[in-house]
Amino acid sequence: MSHDMSEDKLPEPHGSAGEVADHGNPFADPGLPAHEPRRTDIDERAAKRAERQVSLMFVISMIATIGFIASYVAIDPDRIVYIFPLGHVSALNFALGLTLGVALFMIGAGAVHWARTLMSDVEMPSERHPIEASDEVRNDVIEQFKTGAAESGFGRRKMIRNTLIGSMALVPLSGVVLLRDLGPLPEKKLQETGWREATPAKPLALVNMSTMQPMKPEDLVVGSLTFAMPEGLTTHDEDFQQRIAKDALMLVRIAPEDIKDDKSKDLGFEGILAYSKICTHVGCPISLYEQQTHHALCPCHQSTFDLADGARVIFGPAGHPLPQLKITTDDKGNLVATGDFEKPVGPSFWERAR
Amino acid sequence: MSSASSTTTGAAKPSSTRANPANKWEAAADWTDGRLGIYSLAKANLRKIFPDHWSFMLGEICLYTFVIIILTGVYLTLFFKPSMAEVVYNGSYVPLKGIGMSEAYASTVDISFEIRGGLLIRQIHHWAALVFVAAMLVHMMRVFFTGAFRKPREINWVFGFLLLVLGMFDGFFGYSLPDDLLSGTGIRFMEGAILAVPLVGTYIQMFLFGGEFPGHDIVPRFFTIHVLLIPGIMLGLLVAHLILVFYHKHTQWAGPGKTEKNVVGMPLMPVYMAKAGGFFFLVFGIIAAISAIATINPIWAYGPYRPDQVSTDAQPDWYMGFSEGLIRVMPGWEISLWGHTLNLGVFIPLMIFPLVLVAIAVYPFIEGWITGDKREHHILDRPRNAPVRTALGAAWISLYLVLLIGGGNDLFATHFHLSLNSITYFVRTGFFVVPVITFIVTKRWCLGLQRRDKEKVLHGRETGVIKRLPHGEYVEVHAQLPQKDLHTLTAHEQNQPIELPAQADENGVARKAGALTRTRAKLSRGFYGEGSQIPKPTAEEHHEITSGHGHH
Repeated sequence: MSHDMSEDKLPEPHGSAGEVADHGNPFADPGLPAHEPRRTDIDERAAKRAERQVSLMFVISMIATIGFIASYVAIDPDRIVYIFPLGHVSALNFALGLTLGVALFMIGAGAVHWARTLMSDVEMPSERHPIEASDEVRNDVIEQFKTGAAESGFGRRKMIRNTLIGSMALVPLSGVVLLRDLGPLPEKKLQETGWREATPAKPLALVNMSTMQPMKPEDLVVGSLTFAMPEGLTTHDEDFQQRIAKDALMLVRIAPEDIKDDKSKDLGFEGILAYSKICTHVGCPISLYEQQTHHALCPCHQSTFDLADGARVIFGPAGHPLPQLKITTDDKGNLVATGDFEKPVGPSFWERAR
Repeated sequence: MSSASSTTTGAAKPSSTRANPANKWEAAADWTDGRLGIYSLAKANLRKIFPDHWSFMLGEICLYTFVIIILTGVYLTLFFKPSMAEVVYNGSYVPLKGIGMSEAYASTVDISFEIRGGLLIRQIHHWAALVFVAAMLVHMMRVFFTGAFRKPREINWVFGFLLLVLGMFDGFFGYSLPDDLLSGTGIRFMEGAILAVPLVGTYIQMFLFGGEFPGHDIVPRFFTIHVLLIPGIMLGLLVAHLILVFYHKHTQWAGPGKTEKNVVGMPLMPVYMAKAGGFFFLVFGIIAAISAIATINPIWAYGPYRPDQVSTDAQPDWYMGFSEGLIRVMPGWEISLWGHTLNLGVFIPLMIFPLVLVAIAVYPFIEGWITGDKREHHILDRPRNAPVRTALGAAWISLYLVLLIGGGNDLFATHFHLSLNSITYFVRTGFFVVPVITFIVTKRWCLGLQRRDKEKVLHGRETGVIKRLPHGEYVEVHAQLPQKDLHTLTAHEQNQPIELPAQADENGVARKAGALTRTRAKLSRGFYGEGSQIPKPTAEEHHEITSGHGHH
């Protein structure tokens, strides 16, 4: 259908091969212009000069390679030098890079200069041939294929054909099954954090991540931001990275009268609120806190949360508030948690209930 | 020596009837030809003609940077340890002494500070990767705007597109390997994006990471993908891409002596061997020099990855910037249904990302369908002579750039003292508006250039000579263009829009065109109808103007 309705609308192919300049048509193809010789084509001295220039470039390349080897041997890897306008840079890296760069560049420059000045620059045409085969070849191939297909009996012996298709369809399943042990099933892993070990009877202390000590409420002044993790977790633990990716806390102390969300106030302790540090967008740790407005900003994608209002999202791509951990103090007066977050921390996922 | 014996016992020997080689080089070539058939191969290719134009070098830059990346990448594997086992750093870089980190990070720091030249090779590897993706994008734009993707080259366009996408992802995987603070943040983002996939997101996440984020498997797994899987596929595609370039022969610009049936240029040997071979060294040399003077990805300054730490100005490599823009400016929509959460705020960008890419990948087939053109095209279009295509390409680039601004909204905010929120709102609007404006402006621009070409063909070029006529009028003398220029400026084809078949056939029986046919006719009018191209000058118009009357 498309064929008959469009083909006649297509323009005439312009300038078919060997079109003779037509004096009636001012736009006719005048044919390939005559070659204009370069200086080096007619002046032997210019050609000689070009030859010397090319050789000089190759010689500079050789010298640069020797310089590379010399730098590698002679320069101490720890040496820092001041080079204007780069500032303080590694002397070895600078020397190796520049000598290698010059050695390579000069080979290229020499070759290109050689091609441009001394090799023939006569433009010549070469015939194109259609990519499509002729009808004769096409019909011959199709005939051959049909013969081959008929000889195989693929179309005639249906049982062979169907069982072959069946076996070929099933065999990749082995490969898929083999992928099963790439990792565990999700189960409840994303719903819980390390804080689940805390119970009202056996609470977990919040450990300040800069001092690695438990904290008392009086250690935190209003307007401060402190990062914390559960007691018992150390940076040398085998699963530290995995645990801190979910357990990391961000503690802020806000004057109780500034806290707009009552539930959030109840989860905290005297204005100290413990939020998950992991952004609910795609999981970056939130690290920028604006004391005056109580806004916390994720530096990755700029989701902004109002920590005085239950960590409500006020700007950016995050879809829900930061989960808050219920905290209180134990008999020693240290800040502790008595249970896990109510909601899963980090980015949302299909199985996450709101 | 064999020549001597063959003359004496020629009849008995089942050897070839080839004449004696003139020297040992010819003898060696004969030996190889007898086994590999190199002469037939060389006959077609040794003096193969390649047309010359600066824009044809862009593809070469891609090829050469790929080779540079492979060479430097192999060197880096000799020293890099793709392991997440924890070690305590005790190397020569003082600020990190005594800090716990993964072996991957520690070995990358060692490559940078202990191994002589290791830093240079690392930087060449990274710089070459940035140039590689940039060159592929620009090369693709060259092919797009000149219509070089048209039959018979559509498949090669798709190969090139796959190379671009694979190159982008391999860059991302490589960026993730050193396990520094920045790359770990990139992986964390990927985890969040995977979790946003409905139904299977958490399963994919667990299987990919071998458990919860970050686990101990992701770096070794990415390593295999980065150094083996993706480069292997790319190598295959690259070879196929190059074979097709040879097989189709290169496209060329219109000009005197150039037709759809020939290719005009200089031979592979010696000119292009020297020029293209030399260009490899130029590219390599320049990237080596850049790596000497410009630090890239100083992982030692970021520190080892910790999921609870991050630096500000966290940015992916530039080619991932547009996806970063999508993710940053998308409103945080989340839907809860039957106890499940659909995180549209992440999932929609995740779906638009491939759509933006696929839109450009399928373009040749869409244009081919609209024009109904089944002929081969070897003469390139000047972008102005295909206004709608050019405008669509420009709109695509503008969308890409708007998203790039979105991806760097924090940098724009801090460097230009703008409000982060305003930039984000601008990008949200710009995503829809800027491509439309770009389309309109570009199309009009192309039409303006077509008018100028027409003017030049009909009235000649301005000479700058002012003449006073007897009655006092001043005119500028215009000079006729030489015939080669007249030919070049009028060599382009002008498609006519397809028309719907008659609503009734010759017997008066109603024949209704299908919806698809009608859409196609409509699109075709948009591409080639009135207002989408300036009719090119005809020989009659030219005769009329140049035959004396008229004072131009």
